[in-house]
Amino acid sequence: MSALLPYPLLTASLLVMWILLNGLSVGQVVLGGIVALAASLAMAALQPAKPRIRSWDMIPQLLLIVLVDILRSNIAVAGIILQGRRLTRTSGFVMIPLELRDRTGLAVLACIITSTPGTAWVEYHAGSGRLRIHVLDLIDQQAWIDLIKQRYERRLMEIFE
Amino acid sequence: MTPLADLPVWAALLTGFFLLLGSVLTLLGSIGLLRFRSFYERIHAPTLGTTWGTGGVLIASIIFHSVLQSKPVLHEILIALFVTVTTPVSLMLLARAALYRDRSEGNDGVPPFETVAEPRDEQRRSSNT
Repeated sequence: MSALLPYPLLTASLLVMWILLNGLSVGQVVLGGIVALAASLAMAALQPAKPRIRSWDMIPQLLLIVLVDILRSNIAVAGIILQGRRLTRTSGFVMIPLELRDRTGLAVLACIITSTPGTAWVEYHAGSGRLRIHVLDLIDQQAWIDLIKQRYERRLMEIFE
Repeated sequence: MTPLADLPVWAALLTGFFLLLGSVLTLLGSIGLLRFRSFYERIHAPTLGTTWGTGGVLIASIIFHSVLQSKPVLHEILIALFVTVTTPVSLMLLARAALYRDRSEGNDGVPPFETVAEPRDEQRRSSNT
């Protein structure tokens, strides 16, 4: 944004983190502000790629969907563990062609896929944009491809690209 | 007795519920880690502990301390945030190491290395960096 605030988002989140850790008072806000400002200026010296967020209103929606999905798959995986070996269950790899190229978007997608029990990010090929995930309870490959693409990738592309 | 006596019943019930939920899920995750057969199945089980397992315990902690201190205590959110952000790093390290070993040993059930990378893409990537 400007020379004083090169990363406004980072400065704001550092300030929020400081207040959460130390409690809300005028002194802590001032102190936290100074620390956040100094830290983001130090970050600017490293010149990382700056993520751009294009659509803010999509974020709460995505967050809600992910939280519900994680809860649902927690229950599903807990069920699989309780049923033990009696059930014939197939697990396997699924390859998903991704269109999302934004690095921050990919990082968020990695967090989502990893945090959801039952799916694990295995490898990503940056050249062709192919992602391989491992699915614990694999019935229909195409269903998983559609799920990741429709539910998460489309929204992430709206947010970051 | 203890500060616990000051806790209203509804808060005690909620705290107990979330604490139990979190610890039961973490326990189930650990049992799954023990019972699943292959490495790739096993990496799914501990995710129970890192999502709602941690989440349940943290929500219980937020309720308990917020009610006792009569002000919102929310720094547990930071724990959840950092656990979520750091889990993929260790998981990807483990998964890729396992894939690499399985491929070089020629084990079954592992997809082959991606060989369809277009040369055009490779060039574009190296010119970008």
